[in-house]
Amino acid sequence: MTNIFTRRGAIALMASVAIAAGSPALAEDWKPMKPVEMVIMAGQGGGADRLARLFQTIIQKEKLAQMPFLPVNKGGGSGAEALRYLKDKQGDAHVIMATLNSYYTTPIQTEIGVDIEEFTPLARMAVDVFALWVNVDSGIETIEQYAEAVKAAGGSWRMGGTGTGQEDSLVTALLEREFGISHTYVPMAGGGEVATALVGGHVDATVNNPSEAMSFWQAGRVRPIALLTAERLDSMPGVPTFAELGHDLEYYMQRSFVAPGGLTEAQQAYYVNLLQKLHESEEWQTYARDQALLTDFLTGDELQAYFLSEREKHRDILKGLDTPS
Amino acid sequence: MLAADRLIALALMGLSLYFMWYAKALPIGWVAASGPGGGAFPFWLSAIMLAASSLILLRSFISHPHEGEKFFPDADAIPQIAGVVALLVATIAVIPFIGTYLALIAFLFIYLKFFGHHGWMLIGILTLATPVVVFFFFEVTLKILLPKGWTEPFFIPLYAMFF
Amino acid sequence: MEVLALLADGFATSLTPLNIMIVILGVTAGLFIGAMPGLGSVNGVALVLPLTFIVPPTSAIILLAAIYYGAMYGGAVSSILLGIPGASTAVATTFDGRPMALQGKAGLALIAAAVASFVGGTISVILFTIFAAPLAELALKFGPAEEFALVLLAFTTFVGLGGDDTLKTIVMICLGLVLSTVGLDMISGQPRLIFGDIPGFYSGISFLVLAIGVYGVGEVLYTIETSRISPAVSTARLRMRDLIDGIRQMNRMWKTMSFGSVLGFFVGMLPAAGATPASLMSYGLARTFSKKPETFGKGNIEGVAAPETANNAASTGSLLPMLTLGIPGSPTTALLLGGMVMWGLMPGPMLFIEQQDFVWGLISSLYTANLAAVLINIALIPLFVWALRMPFSVLCAMVLVLCILGGYAPSQKLHDVWLIALFGVAGYMLRKADYPLAPLVLALVLGPLMEKSFRQALISAQGDVTFFISRPLSATFLALAAIFFALPLIKMLHRRIAKRPAPAE
Repeated sequence: MTNIFTRRGAIALMASVAIAAGSPALAEDWKPMKPVEMVIMAGQGGGADRLARLFQTIIQKEKLAQMPFLPVNKGGGSGAEALRYLKDKQGDAHVIMATLNSYYTTPIQTEIGVDIEEFTPLARMAVDVFALWVNVDSGIETIEQYAEAVKAAGGSWRMGGTGTGQEDSLVTALLEREFGISHTYVPMAGGGEVATALVGGHVDATVNNPSEAMSFWQAGRVRPIALLTAERLDSMPGVPTFAELGHDLEYYMQRSFVAPGGLTEAQQAYYVNLLQKLHESEEWQTYARDQALLTDFLTGDELQAYFLSEREKHRDILKGLDTPS
Repeated sequence: MLAADRLIALALMGLSLYFMWYAKALPIGWVAASGPGGGAFPFWLSAIMLAASSLILLRSFISHPHEGEKFFPDADAIPQIAGVVALLVATIAVIPFIGTYLALIAFLFIYLKFFGHHGWMLIGILTLATPVVVFFFFEVTLKILLPKGWTEPFFIPLYAMFF
Repeated sequence: MEVLALLADGFATSLTPLNIMIVILGVTAGLFIGAMPGLGSVNGVALVLPLTFIVPPTSAIILLAAIYYGAMYGGAVSSILLGIPGASTAVATTFDGRPMALQGKAGLALIAAAVASFVGGTISVILFTIFAAPLAELALKFGPAEEFALVLLAFTTFVGLGGDDTLKTIVMICLGLVLSTVGLDMISGQPRLIFGDIPGFYSGISFLVLAIGVYGVGEVLYTIETSRISPAVSTARLRMRDLIDGIRQMNRMWKTMSFGSVLGFFVGMLPAAGATPASLMSYGLARTFSKKPETFGKGNIEGVAAPETANNAASTGSLLPMLTLGIPGSPTTALLLGGMVMWGLMPGPMLFIEQQDFVWGLISSLYTANLAAVLINIALIPLFVWALRMPFSVLCAMVLVLCILGGYAPSQKLHDVWLIALFGVAGYMLRKADYPLAPLVLALVLGPLMEKSFRQALISAQGDVTFFISRPLSATFLALAAIFFALPLIKMLHRRIAKRPAPAE
């Protein structure tokens, strides 16, 4: 019981820190005495990795912290390795982890004995969006034409995406459920490989993040059909959302930081404060705009509530995946 | 050599069987319209390995391809090799507790003293210089933190100085 | 020519005193990082990437190119001196480099590696300069089917039939392939062979762990046993005459080297393939077409030159898909890609049109860095050779220390260090029982690529196996693979028939 209370207290305190942005008095109470390990739940070169290294660079360049933040990739088993590692580091304030959606899906899909509720939420830095892409040679321009073409292919329409059980396959499942269509899902190693496979004609469609396919779009090789967001994006004004086309499809990839469980209030406050400064840095805002990332900053109670509701949402999607349609 | 050849073939056969049994957790057959299942590669490759190592075992009874060669090293080399392996294993085992640096110092000291029979001068220089070089190369330059175990608190002033 | 003018502009920026100093520093740092078993260009690039946001952008590119090349050159150093390939790209270099070092010709091997790397780097940068844009289109044609066929081809050019004990080779290939499936099965999203749920196996067994184990620890154990018979101190030394002699010997290998460079560049350019298959194919082909194939693996200098030209050419080639398509072919190019995005450059088809300054600045720094790397490398060879003259027991102790640290550094898991000890002992015993270790290591490197592309191709073809032969590129590769697979067998039969002109009664 006491445990819960201290946690509540910590979260409340953290939230207040986040509101009083950059109040230095609190953050001074604790600061890292050694380099901080920044565990990345994915391998080198992916979106999560790139972002973590960008943060490392901004922290170093803007001298936001005295100790360096050192990225360590622990991408094994869709992040299971990283989650187990963080659990073992209970109470260690010199480890933080950069998360993506496998933060919820991996503990649901595989028995690894990790409950994400035990971890300390720090801050959500960004939300990445998804879009449905086709090769321009296909001539498809609208979502109706797309559904038509997939149906005509009779299940042999190739959808490229990241590994089975990861975000792209979930988005594909959502699409299939909404439109009553079926794809042949081709799992690939990473978003970059997926985008290239679409240009090279090795798959027929993808659900890439805009940042991964943007350059091919500019070169006139691929075309976005619709976005899985609530509203249109500033960086892609001409692209409609599924919602406005009358299809209730929304899916996001969160990019957050969490820490092991059992951190003191001052320790949490230090990181939240640091991430707040990072959020406000110009480099980060510019990068996010270029990459079509939404930078909705979220901390404290709200972040934990967000994590838990997302976990339930993913549980539902995954359940839908298991039952044969 | 013959006995060793047979033993190793047997061990490999056992290993293949273990892999085959383990790989069966995932589908090992041909999944309709999508090719081999997740367990197919490890399962069938282990099966080939099993067949090949069985043939090696069988062959050892029919012909004697390695006659004249010997597998086991000379009597005086065995304690040396076993000693080095034991020392290596012990060093890895103590890293989580006494940290990389003390473990390396102990390893170098024991190796150079008891396997190399070197003089104190050389041992002194190497055991002391190695950790320093390692610290500056790995931690300060490449920013790769090595495990410290119980020695962690002693490094805090060093971190403050070099980072 | 427009290209030349652009290149000249690039050189003008890359040849300022500050930038020359950066090249020298970068190459030297890269050399030492690459020479450490377990560390490679990834670590070098990761090290300097944050620095690149502080120095001016052109200097930043030059620093990255310098450290990239330095590390590539350095990889050969540990392959030759210690027999431990520092990166998967340098495995093939150990096959002849290590025997040469044991024969006291370490200096010559290092020179061969440096010169070959330079040739490979130079030829591929020239190819890059001329053909960058059209080749990107070719890379796009490469789907899973082609990838599978290419990896198979790399495998067969190297392994083939005949040679060692065939049964034992088969066992080792299968073992390597099975070990390569450990971890998460990406296609089904399920864990495989994680040995009772040990988290360390979630990310699979890394090539470096196996290579450091069998070649590092295993080799030390083997040498401890044999060194009591032969003299303990290596006789390696290097004189000026050796240097000249080395370069003269290199002169006879133009065919191998230019072939290796072109092959390396093209294979390296393909998104998923990269430098490892390229170096293996180059080695395999050099051996196949050699007049004295039996001297390969026993210290033939051509066996050092062939893979080294190819792997350096391939690392240049792998920059091409990264720049023109935005797909990283290796962890290092992935980091570079991330760096470019952070500088506000968007890799992809538009880069060559919109960011000409950057592209040509990069290409000219590749030329500069390559030249600097070969000069600095040759200058440092006496130091490397001197290290070999340490008393044998000191060298062994140091190698074991390097094995522990080099095993820990890449993924920072003690689990990997344990595996190294295990593989070391197992590798020592297998080697004593005449099991060849190279196929084991190669299978582990190529296995994941092979399985992934095979299954991807079949999934997208609805399980239709004829997909592989219905595509011209993959069909060609498969046919070549079949030829190379059968070649040693045909040769062997041929010899057997020749030996016995009259049938035995």
